[in-house]
Amino acid sequence: MSAINCKAKVIGQQAVAPDIRRLTVEWADPRPEFRPHAGQFYMLRCWAADEAPVLSRPISVHDFDAASHTLTFLYQVKGQGTEKLSALKAGDTLSLTGPCGNGFDVAAAAKSGTGRVAVVGGGIGTAPLLLLCKELAAAGAKPELYVGFRDEPYGLEEFLPYCAAVSVATDSGAVGYHGLVTGILHPENFDLILACGPNVMMKGVYKLCAEHNTPCIVSLERKMACGLGACLGCTCMTKVGPRTVCKDGPVFAAEEVFDLD
Amino acid sequence: MTDVDLHVDLLGKRLASPVIAASGTFGFGPEYADIQDLRVLGGISGKGLTLNGQPGNPGERLYETPSGLMNSIGLQNPGVAHFIEHELPAMKTLGTTVWANLGGHTIEENVEGVRMLCEAGIDFLELNISCPNVKQGGLAFGIRAVDASEVVTAVRKVCTVPLVVKLSPQAENLTEMCKAVEAAGADGISLCNTFQACAIDLERRKPVFANTFAGLSGPAVRPIALRMVWQAVGAVNIPVIGLGGISTGKDALEFIMAGAAAVQVGTANFLDPCACTRIVNEMADWMQAHGVHSLDEIRGCARNN
Repeated sequence: MSAINCKAKVIGQQAVAPDIRRLTVEWADPRPEFRPHAGQFYMLRCWAADEAPVLSRPISVHDFDAASHTLTFLYQVKGQGTEKLSALKAGDTLSLTGPCGNGFDVAAAAKSGTGRVAVVGGGIGTAPLLLLCKELAAAGAKPELYVGFRDEPYGLEEFLPYCAAVSVATDSGAVGYHGLVTGILHPENFDLILACGPNVMMKGVYKLCAEHNTPCIVSLERKMACGLGACLGCTCMTKVGPRTVCKDGPVFAAEEVFDLD
Repeated sequence: MTDVDLHVDLLGKRLASPVIAASGTFGFGPEYADIQDLRVLGGISGKGLTLNGQPGNPGERLYETPSGLMNSIGLQNPGVAHFIEHELPAMKTLGTTVWANLGGHTIEENVEGVRMLCEAGIDFLELNISCPNVKQGGLAFGIRAVDASEVVTAVRKVCTVPLVVKLSPQAENLTEMCKAVEAAGADGISLCNTFQACAIDLERRKPVFANTFAGLSGPAVRPIALRMVWQAVGAVNIPVIGLGGISTGKDALEFIMAGAAAVQVGTANFLDPCACTRIVNEMADWMQAHGVHSLDEIRGCARNN
């Protein structure tokens, strides 16, 4: 996987929910090795090198359209870095380093078993799943989507064209099933489950999968400094030794990174 | 137009520029190969090695401060043998000098690691006696001059390439430390490594880092690092490589004017993945604007009065 660093122009930014933004930028690099894929991310920065915060912010690819060269990020405004990103307007520029990370192996996922794939997301963890569903659908394995939100879900209409079904769980009961997403997921019906969300959710999904011997793939999140595998600041201890979330990951087999107890 | 020549002759090697990527911030180099032209760099100091490798520290490893970054990586590395077999070959193809950075828990480990690395073929050996993030070894040799002298003396006997010793700002007495390392046979000194620092997580009411203390780097430490480089240059007759928060060409030139033979760039690589080449260009721009042809014309100039 190769990453480059460049300036990108902002096409637009919208609020999708009170603290959730959708940022669309131009990604015009024509080289196929620098084309972003589902599960990969970029290091974003729209402030000077000598300005706080010190580090750029890793944000996953929400969507990419090769024809229009548009790259979309969906992120939660959480701290100093994302606050600054949220002020970006059409015409502004920002620095992008990427695409970073391994991403989901969509070709392998589409070929697993009879190709019944479930994609499971929690909150802002749904961000990398849109491009995943899109790529899965294009590979002939339209997934079923299971998502959990605290309260009102966001961004789901975008998923509809690429998913065989969409099921929603909310903590508040505002929409869909009242409870955790693991309450509506039946791993026995699938050959593979791909998940991204809070660790506690991914661990719950993995446990459920393990009970039914359904393979489970997860995408992790960590604080990062370089995003390129250079600083080892985002290392996670796995069953096969220490691995960088930014370069070896962020996508891992769940059994490598989670325990069952 | 002034013709600017940024090359540096360092311990028998020709460096394309004085800007060397600092250990721990640049992987082994290939990570940045698609991002910038690495041939412009003076060298790459690889991720700090230990003879047998280690998994690094548990818990938080990064914490941002105003103009700084705290880290507690804990010398996570694959070990010398793995490096020689898997990472060194690629590092040698990058078109810049190869610096192997090695630390060790014991003198014997350091000696064995240096022997293997020299045999495998590297340009510089940077002996790290200054890592604040490992409980044993690491900084153990970097506090007292007598301990540093012992390990450098032992390593010197087997080191067949230029030996640069990377010092800690935590040294008990910096000038004594520099002199001891020089007397023990070091060919050069690089300083300084990160500054031991602390942060508390209010919600958990505990230190942010599992080891309580971590290493602070970045622009926040630069003026202190510059002072230490100034002192080191005054203390020894071997080349001093300056580092600590260098983020711009002007920062780098300050270290050169203080007498540094070359500089290393670390945390700035995270603020800007093209920092190293940008700093080289900014140095050249300044020199051109000021009619300076080579770094020799300004190296140490701030010391003359």
